[in-house]
Amino acid sequence: MSNYIDPHIHMISRVTDDYHRMAMAGCLAISEPAFWAGFDRGSAEGFRDYFHHLVDVEPKRAAQFGIQHFSWLCINAKEAENVSLSRDVIRLIPEYLQRPNVLGIGEIGLNKNTANEATVFQEHVDLAMRTNELILVHTPHLRDKHKGTLMILDMFRNDKRVQPDRVCIDHVEEHTIKPALDAGFWVGMTLYPVTKCTPERACDMVEQYGGERMMVNSAGDWGRSDPMAVPEFILSMRRRGHPESLIRKVALENPVAFWQKCQRWPGLSPRP
Amino acid sequence: MKPTTKSGPQVLDDRHLEIRARILELAAELDRVDRGGGAEEDPRLALTRTGIRILLEGPPACKAEQVQLLFSDRYEPDWKIPQPRQ
Repeated sequence: MSNYIDPHIHMISRVTDDYHRMAMAGCLAISEPAFWAGFDRGSAEGFRDYFHHLVDVEPKRAAQFGIQHFSWLCINAKEAENVSLSRDVIRLIPEYLQRPNVLGIGEIGLNKNTANEATVFQEHVDLAMRTNELILVHTPHLRDKHKGTLMILDMFRNDKRVQPDRVCIDHVEEHTIKPALDAGFWVGMTLYPVTKCTPERACDMVEQYGGERMMVNSAGDWGRSDPMAVPEFILSMRRRGHPESLIRKVALENPVAFWQKCQRWPGLSPRP
Repeated sequence: MKPTTKSGPQVLDDRHLEIRARILELAAELDRVDRGGGAEEDPRLALTRTGIRILLEGPPACKAEQVQLLFSDRYEPDWKIPQPRQ
């Protein structure tokens, strides 16, 4: 068993038994970005309840298993198509930003690469720059991913306030990892069946790019997904004969190195 | 081209049965399309065939990226970028 972090998982849609299994597998901490609930919410007040869940409720559930819970706040890229609703939600976010488990703004991004999504993305970046927050970026799915990732990099390049080492570009795959790393960003590889990356392909990318500024996550949610995906990655790396130091770097040290750039970072708690 | 921890033959020692199973699965999927009357007009079938050609003829150690790009929308660099605000 190796200690590890799952830096992207939506525990609101997972059962408590998943916390139990993750703790037994060595999970020390997780971070939970705000995401699409599977339906479009009718008003900003629905997000207030969701943010309450992320900053108050879920950390207590995780703590029962000795897992530290962190979160990211935003309106997700899918609901960002509604610019008016998005602006109402963005106005809510600052009142939650000083909560001790909040790491920053995320997972903001693009979904279908529309003009409205780009407008709301930039307004989230504006908020993050005003409040000196880290940013976690969702890149689109499937055929939209390559185009959307390059558009996101364009927007960051166009905003001179953004420091790439305070941003993680998530869900990178073989065709998007290089431009994100070359521009100085952190990257997340999501181990998600069918539509994203397998543990073996994540190992391939670590071999190709070396592990610097790279993380792996399960993005476990209400769809088919595996909250034990990071331990699967660790096992695949071991089977290939990679050193424990490299495995530890990608699965534990890199998420901490990114998170500790947050102005509220409390440090990892010692295990109970 | 960055090396993996194992030689080519060692990778095949580890993964040959996985590779065989995946080719078989793909063959059975295409058989099922045939048994369903084919789909010659469907652009997804043409994309699939192009993807298979990449596996056979694609550049060394770059086939996964090429397949990803095949199934991707084209990026247009002159799109209208929203401007930052204070």
